[in-house]
Formats: sequence, structure tokens, C-alpha cells
Amino acid sequence: MTALLSLENVSRAFGGLRAVDGVSFGIEAGEILGLIGPNGAGKTTLINVITGVHPANSGRVIYDGRDITRLKPHQIAKLGLSRTFQIVQPFPKMTVLENVAAGALFAGQSPSMAEASREAMEQLRFTGLASVADKPALSLTLAQRKRLEFAKGLAMKPRILMLDEVNAGLNEAEIDDALAMIRKVAEKGVAIVLIEHLLKVVISVSNRIVVLHHGQLIAEGEPSAVLRDPAVVEAYLGAKYAARYGGAS
Amino acid sequence: MKNWLILLAGTGVLALLPLLGDNYLMRLATMVAMYVILAQSWNFIGGLAGYPSFATAGFFGLGAYTSAVLQGMGVPLFASWGAGGLAAVIFSALVGGAILHLRGHYFAIASLVTVEVLREIVNTTPDITGGGMGLNLPIMRMTVAEHATFFFYSMLAVAFACMACAIVVHKSKLGFALRCIQQNEDAANILGVNAYLYKTIGFGFSAVFAGIAGAIYASWVHYIEPPDVFDVLISVKPLVMVLLGGLGTIFGPVIGAFILLTFEEFVWRTFLTVHAAALGVIIVALVLFLPNGVLSLTREKLGLRRRAAGEKR
Repeated sequence: MTALLSLENVSRAFGGLRAVDGVSFGIEAGEILGLIGPNGAGKTTLINVITGVHPANSGRVIYDGRDITRLKPHQIAKLGLSRTFQIVQPFPKMTVLENVAAGALFAGQSPSMAEASREAMEQLRFTGLASVADKPALSLTLAQRKRLEFAKGLAMKPRILMLDEVNAGLNEAEIDDALAMIRKVAEKGVAIVLIEHLLKVVISVSNRIVVLHHGQLIAEGEPSAVLRDPAVVEAYLGAKYAARYGGAS
Repeated sequence: MKNWLILLAGTGVLALLPLLGDNYLMRLATMVAMYVILAQSWNFIGGLAGYPSFATAGFFGLGAYTSAVLQGMGVPLFASWGAGGLAAVIFSALVGGAILHLRGHYFAIASLVTVEVLREIVNTTPDITGGGMGLNLPIMRMTVAEHATFFFYSMLAVAFACMACAIVVHKSKLGFALRCIQQNEDAANILGVNAYLYKTIGFGFSAVFAGIAGAIYASWVHYIEPPDVFDVLISVKPLVMVLLGGLGTIFGPVIGAFILLTFEEFVWRTFLTVHAAALGVIIVALVLFLPNGVLSLTREKLGLRRRAAGEKR
């Protein structure tokens, strides 16, 4: 089976810092891929490389059989790769509906503004934000803003959705809601890349996990196997953590 | 729909002005129309996209000189006005490609420099443009009243076209894209907005009508020189008018144009020697105390009313 998205030996440096260093892996349709690693491991940079914000210095990003390494962010967005931001990035003065409609109109390429609004409303219902559709994005709570990011990502009609810490700062009930949504989206065939610090969340939802450390890929595979990997334990988890989660699952 | 009605009604009322037969009033009305054009032009890039352009005087002066030079070569009046607008658009596309990747103050400074570059080009090509000596335009054979009426209607027609364009753009995909860019350009890019393309188009809209206005102005006053049509005030006033009226709104620029011209006339008469300073003080005070423009007052009122109605329900 060929991967929907594959990274081939991708590197990105900022000055002397190799933030992403020779990373290769693939993602298949409908898969939920957990991307974990310590702070500064290069997770967000990797997303920036894929989405064209900070193009790779070397290596290639292949999406659907096409080299997208050098494409611009807006072109990549239109091809069906969408992302959410770790630090939420709404258009503060626009309404929640307009925020999501922007995703549908520009990346999702809805034929008209009316159609974009209709699709946006659908995503707001799915993410449980329909009741605040006409409020300015600025007025939302953090949990709602995270869901707004999610709704925006979905309105872009993605084939790959990259979620950068959508659960950070949420309480348990909110996280459960978010995970249920993520699973539903993946069931429709959308590949999900999930950057996440809460290991419990990653393990419960991911089909596969990729671990980054100092910009390098140090482990890849089944969640339980990866968490038992000695390199991962040393770099990220600590032995106690590994015993608690790696052994249990 | 409501916007169209307001525009048509407003233009209709203004169009009756020549019936009064007051040439002073006609001159003022022509100036208002010109101010509306310049303010609304700036609003496309400055208000909608949030790019503080100081290039308006460049478009205005380029339009004026293009039209003046072409008329000197025997090109008919209306064609030369159209050419003025076209020259401004082409220039905006060339310059926009070079400076629209700059943001905030950097863009402001770069756009300001484009005006100086144009002024210098005119100054150093006296064979074509008359250089610092200025350029005379063909005198038109009409009475004073006919002259006033003709230029009033010309300016009003362009102002109408510019306003109509604004109404369409505000509702369009382009307007939406520009608002996204204004609020968060990086996020807009990630959402699939081709920011560079839309900014350049927005810059083009901010150029075309300013260029035509400059062309009409040149014909109106018969004589242009670089310090007149490349005056930095032509770049600053639109910004002030839009801030006065309401940033990124459709009718804010119109309100701002009326307010600014009223103040200018009033202050000019009352404080003949220190009028520039007095005008400055008034502008600063208005911007300080009404940062969101006059339209925000009505909107706040409407908002309150709507909220009250919601509570009753």
C-alpha cells in the first residue's frame, strides 16, 4: 500500500539548529498517527515543513504521488492538507461562522460564499459550536477556540488533518469529546496526524506513533511497542512512565 | 441591497447640485467627490487588507501626468483619463509585487518612497513632463459654469464607480480574503488564501480610481507640477478620512471625506495663517477620541438596540 503522504529524508535547519533532521515516514488514509517527543523535538517544525510554512532544506515531501516540497502554504492547503495551530489563530473580529467559512471557501474551494457558509455551519454542528456561530471568535473560551481550529481544519475538506496540540489545556470531558470527534473524522478516511503531549491520549487514539528527538526520528510503530523502546524511554518517558503505560497496553 | 440604495440616493441628491448654480459649492462638491475616491481607494488596501499604504499620491500624480502628457500628444480627453487609471494600475502591480511582502511600518515606508521615486522621475524628465516647471493642459472651450458642471459630474461619476466597486468587493471572495489577511495573514495562508495575489489585486483597486481622479484633477486645474500632484498630503488625507469615517467600512470613507473637507474649509477661513496646525489638532483629537470612526457611533447604538430587543425576546 502506498502512503498518502510520505516524507523522504526531510531536513530543516534554522541557522545552525537542525530542527528536523533526516526524517522519513509515511501516513495512510484513515490512519491516526501520533507524533510525540520532548519539547523542542521538532514536531511543530515538521508540520511547518509539510504545510510549506518553512519548506524543507533537503529531502522531499510526497503527497498523493506529487512532490509538494516547494509549494506555497496556500497551494498545499488547497490540495487537502490542513492543520490546526498549537496557539490558536482565529480571525478575532470575524464571527465563528465566518472563520470556518474562510476555510471552506479558500482551501475547500466552495463554489460560492453561500455554499461556504452552509458547509461551515455543518462543521460547527459537528464540533458543537453551532450555538455560538454568530459570536465573534474573540469571545470564545479556550476549549471552544480549540474546537474552532478543528472545525476550520475540517471545513478545508482535508485528506490529511494535522492537529497540533488540540487537547492542551482542556479538561478530561473536553478531551474525550475531542477524541470522539477525531475518531469519527478518521473513519471517513481522513488521515490524522496528532501532536500531543498527553501520552494517555496518544496511546488511546493512535494506530501508530512516531517519536522525534532533537529533530530525528528515534522510533516508529505500534503505540505499545514504541513506548517500550529503550531509546524512547531514555529520551522522553523515563523508566517509571514506561512501566506504567508500556506494560499495561 | 441597502448599500446600493444609500449609494444611489446619495449620488442622486448630489447630482442635483448644479441646479443651485453656485460655483463655489460646485467646487466644494467636486473636491468631496475626489476625496471620496481617494479615501475609498485607500480603504481597499488600508482598511480591508490592513496595509497602511502611503502610495495614494503616487497613483494620483501618475494618473495626472499620464493623462496630461497624453493630452499634450493629442489623445482625446476621456481616453487620457482612462490611460491615467491604467498607468496607476500597472504601476501598482509592479510596485505591489516588490513591496507587498513587507508588513506594517515597513510597508508604509516603502509605499511612501514610491511616491518620491515618481516625483523624481518627473523632475528629471523635463522634455516629457516639464520637470519642475510643471505642465500646462489644453484649455477647454466652455463657460465657467459649464466647466464647473462638467468636472463635478466627471468626478461624481468616478466616485460612484469607486463606491459601487467597494460594495461589490466587500461582499466578494476578494473582500473576504482581504479581511482574513488583515486579521491574521499567516493563518489566512494556511487556510488556502493566496495572500500575495489578493493583496496585489487590492492594491490595484486602490490605484485605479486614484489614478483616474488624478487625471481628472489635472484637466480640472489646467496646470500640474510635481509638488502639487505628488504632495504627501494626498497620501495622508485618505488615511485620515477613512479613520474618521470608519476603517474597512463602505460608507466610512464618504463620511470622512465630508468631515475633512468641511473642517478644511472652516479652518481655512477662520485661521488663515495657522490653518494647517489647527487642522492637525482637530484631526488628532478626532482620531484620539473616535478611534473607530464616526460610523462606530451608529453601530454602537444599533448594537445596543439589538441587544435590548434580544433581551425582551
